[in-house]
Amino acid sequence: MILLWLILLPFLGGILAWAGAALFGAAFARWFSAAVLAAGVVLSALLWSTAGSGGERWIAAWSVPWIPSHGIALSLSADGLSVVLVALTYGLGLLSVVASWKSIERAPGFFHFNLLWILAGTAGVFLATDLVLFFFLWELMVLPMFFLIAVWGHENRVYAAIKFFIFTQASGLLLLAAILGLHFVHAANTGERTFDYEALLRHGATGTTAMWLMLGFFTAFAVKLPAFPFHTWLADAHSEAPTAGSIILAGVLLKTGAYGLIRFVLPLFPAEAAAFAPVAMAMGAAGVLYGAMLAFAQTDLKRLIACSSVSHMGFVLLGVFALNEAGLQGTVMQLVCHGLSTGGLFVLAGLLYERLHTRDMRAMGGFWTAAPRMGAMALFFAMASLGLPGLGNFVAEFLILFGTFAVSPAAAAVAALGLLGAALYSLRFFQDVFQGGAPDEGASAGKPADIVPREAVVLAVLAAGLVFLGLYPRPVLNLSADAHWTVGFSRCPAGDAATTPQTTAEADAPAKPTDSPGIVADNPVARITPPETTP
Amino acid sequence: MTATDLQAILPLIVLGSASLVLLLLLAFYRNQTVTAFATGGAFVLALVTLPFAAAPAPYVQEPLFVVDGFGLFFVALNLLGGIAVVILSHSYLGKYRMERGEFYVLLVLAVLGACVVALSRHFVSLFLGIELLSVSLYVMIGYVFTKERALEASVKYLFLSAAASAFLLLGMAFVYAATGSMVFGAGAVAATGAPAAATLYVVAGTGLFLAGIAFKLSLAPFHLWTPDVYQGAPAPVAAFLATVAKASLMAVLVRYFADGFTPETATLATVLIVLAAASMAVGNLLALLQSNLKRLLAYSSIAHAGYMMVALLAGGDAGREALAFYIAAYFAAALGAFGVIGYLSPADDERDDIARYRGLFRSRPVPAAALAVMLFSLIGLPLTAGFFAKLFVLSAGAGAGRWFLVLWLVANSAVGLYYYLRVVSVMCGQPGDDEEADAARESPPPHAVSVGILLGVLAAIVLWAGLAPQILLEWIADLSFFSLS
Repeated sequence: MILLWLILLPFLGGILAWAGAALFGAAFARWFSAAVLAAGVVLSALLWSTAGSGGERWIAAWSVPWIPSHGIALSLSADGLSVVLVALTYGLGLLSVVASWKSIERAPGFFHFNLLWILAGTAGVFLATDLVLFFFLWELMVLPMFFLIAVWGHENRVYAAIKFFIFTQASGLLLLAAILGLHFVHAANTGERTFDYEALLRHGATGTTAMWLMLGFFTAFAVKLPAFPFHTWLADAHSEAPTAGSIILAGVLLKTGAYGLIRFVLPLFPAEAAAFAPVAMAMGAAGVLYGAMLAFAQTDLKRLIACSSVSHMGFVLLGVFALNEAGLQGTVMQLVCHGLSTGGLFVLAGLLYERLHTRDMRAMGGFWTAAPRMGAMALFFAMASLGLPGLGNFVAEFLILFGTFAVSPAAAAVAALGLLGAALYSLRFFQDVFQGGAPDEGASAGKPADIVPREAVVLAVLAAGLVFLGLYPRPVLNLSADAHWTVGFSRCPAGDAATTPQTTAEADAPAKPTDSPGIVADNPVARITPPETTP
Repeated sequence: MTATDLQAILPLIVLGSASLVLLLLLAFYRNQTVTAFATGGAFVLALVTLPFAAAPAPYVQEPLFVVDGFGLFFVALNLLGGIAVVILSHSYLGKYRMERGEFYVLLVLAVLGACVVALSRHFVSLFLGIELLSVSLYVMIGYVFTKERALEASVKYLFLSAAASAFLLLGMAFVYAATGSMVFGAGAVAATGAPAAATLYVVAGTGLFLAGIAFKLSLAPFHLWTPDVYQGAPAPVAAFLATVAKASLMAVLVRYFADGFTPETATLATVLIVLAAASMAVGNLLALLQSNLKRLLAYSSIAHAGYMMVALLAGGDAGREALAFYIAAYFAAALGAFGVIGYLSPADDERDDIARYRGLFRSRPVPAAALAVMLFSLIGLPLTAGFFAKLFVLSAGAGAGRWFLVLWLVANSAVGLYYYLRVVSVMCGQPGDDEEADAARESPPPHAVSVGILLGVLAAIVLWAGLAPQILLEWIADLSFFSLS
């Protein structure tokens, strides 16, 4: 039931916040949303605390029939991976409510309604284990995001909102086609009509069919991620969205793509994913470099941050398709840390915009003297973004490169160049905005005031999270490690449950990560071998 | 004719008598509200008789009618749609100073025609039904003749519809010449057992027949009349054209091709696939170019007819179930969308330019929200009936292995997003001066309460079927008779 409440809470809360804002004013919507999201954080923490004790597949599960005649159920299950991401969702959601406390004047009730519904849909995506329910929530989170961008965004908001909507919706429909294909292949092979995740793992599709289905899933998730050739919607959506929207987009929404790859593409189609891995890794490596180049070329602060996301998500693609323990561990770390660091950068961009009403870095410069506390925070998040050792992003990217190198030294080498690029764009951001002299009188946007305590708290929480994970990543690694055992091992081809992948021994053993942070199991690059499908 | 015969077609008898009673009423007492109530009452009475008609179902009334659950489902939808159109017209026509009573008589006759079509199994009853529907529509489309483009729309529909009827008749004649039977549905086409030369007649005749039906369904390439007529017609009549006037013809196609396709008639399957694919593409692509909301919805109705064809081509129980669900969902959304347009339009000034909806969320939040819900359902977003409607159609199509149509539908839906969403984003925008003036000039239309309730009910249906579709699905399946007879 806790899973149901995790989703229902913000759904109902959103409606109440909207209604309450009409009755009691904007302050009610803010406080109420913050309270709902805090409750969400508490609930996910509760779930987290119950995790890891037993060796069960799922920490919690809940299911009732929904459309039984089509084999559709409302089923939610959480494993370590889901819990980490749900906690991230509500944590960042809470911070984004606090960060936009003062900046939303227009229709605050509807704003918080949309915000809560996005978060509810996203949390639902991380928890749903019925594929129709997954798709339902996948689509559901898109519309409130559309409104968030279209109503509260910057100058070019409608264009950006529609572009975002069409990209995600088109890829979503492809996902639906793939889900239906999988459903009918499974029904043809087993005679059972179901959309249940566990059941569909034994779909028994082989050959070209399985490849096409895998590509359907992969494309949908790659657009959301976004992977290299599909990234064009991202810069517009991120830079035009209001601060809270950017934080949620970068911090949470992009993660659904990565989650889909880990939860669906790998376990459902291990053999096909392995065959496709070189292409996906090439896309990932290209994304790392290209995103960094794009980021370096931007003059718009929010576009710079957005393009850096493309680069960071390239690492995610690499980590997932390295198909080994280290890569996946690093991926999960990257998802969390990218959420925190990019969230921090978008908060800063939002603060500057509130004060200066511009995002153009050419109009900024030398702000350290006027706003030293803000400058220090910016320096911190810039360092996090470029992967400074001691911060979470370093652990994540190191693990991913480690995992990638074992499979493809070339891809790892190319991606490592991306770290260089990250240093370039992160430092350029810091230099352009906070160092040097102010631009000429005409071009300057003025001096920003320094941050107030409310803003400092938001940034400090994000920063503390990054430091903590940089020094002690075990909580995330532990939790997601449980999930990894199920990824890539769980699929038993129909009729042959005895297929044993090489690494099952590790899966069964209570392989706790060793004490040293960042280094995971005994054999961190143990290759996740796809089980041979039955001939 | 036995008592059971009469019982089975009781709804048709009620509607037929109602038209006469209404004419008599108009001869003695002309009052729009009374007439509208009497019309609504007739539809409700016909609905009440449905269980009696269903009692002997499935029942074949030789030779004209077949009263089965499938047909009665469409009769029920038509009657409910008729009630909605009465409420919308009552408010809409209330804005005009003119003789309004006859409109309702025509509406009853049109609904009667649609119901006859839904229950027919014989070319004669089918043609009677279609003509009853079309002839009433000629007048209904041009009824508010003072309105710009009303007569143009009416005449255009008259000429093209008459031409389509001619095709229909010729096609029927060909099929009759080859098979010696005017009965269609279950076995009629396939069971010809005729020599090869006759098969040619059947295929050619069915092709002509299809052209006629495709015109009424506004399937591409027989769609050219649609945007002009929808634009010129009063908004409630446009709602009627998009829903009641189409649904039964879809049912006819289901009956006609109930046996699937034999090798001899495989060409026809190809023809249907082409019609479906073309309708989706034409409807969606041309809707992108529209700046007029009624024309946009007209093109969208072309696209939706194409989506319905996917369920039709999927066939089988799954296909019929998906089709019925889709049509029910489309009824609610289309009636609601046109209802909002009619509600917002002042007399002699149809508010159908999309630009005039700028900032509607601010100036008129309730109609704006209703319109948004309807558009979301037409897109197929979650939490609306349209989501599951599309899901079931795709599922039926995929289950039948019609992957080309499934992927084509997916691609087209992505195109479709843009134009619906454009309307929503315009409504989100900042109202300009013109729109402020519009808002200031507006007074609630007459009988706003009843329209408001109707829109509320439609929105509730859309949302309810989007959250718990199982109930509607079970109703459809529980009309156990869903098997054709």
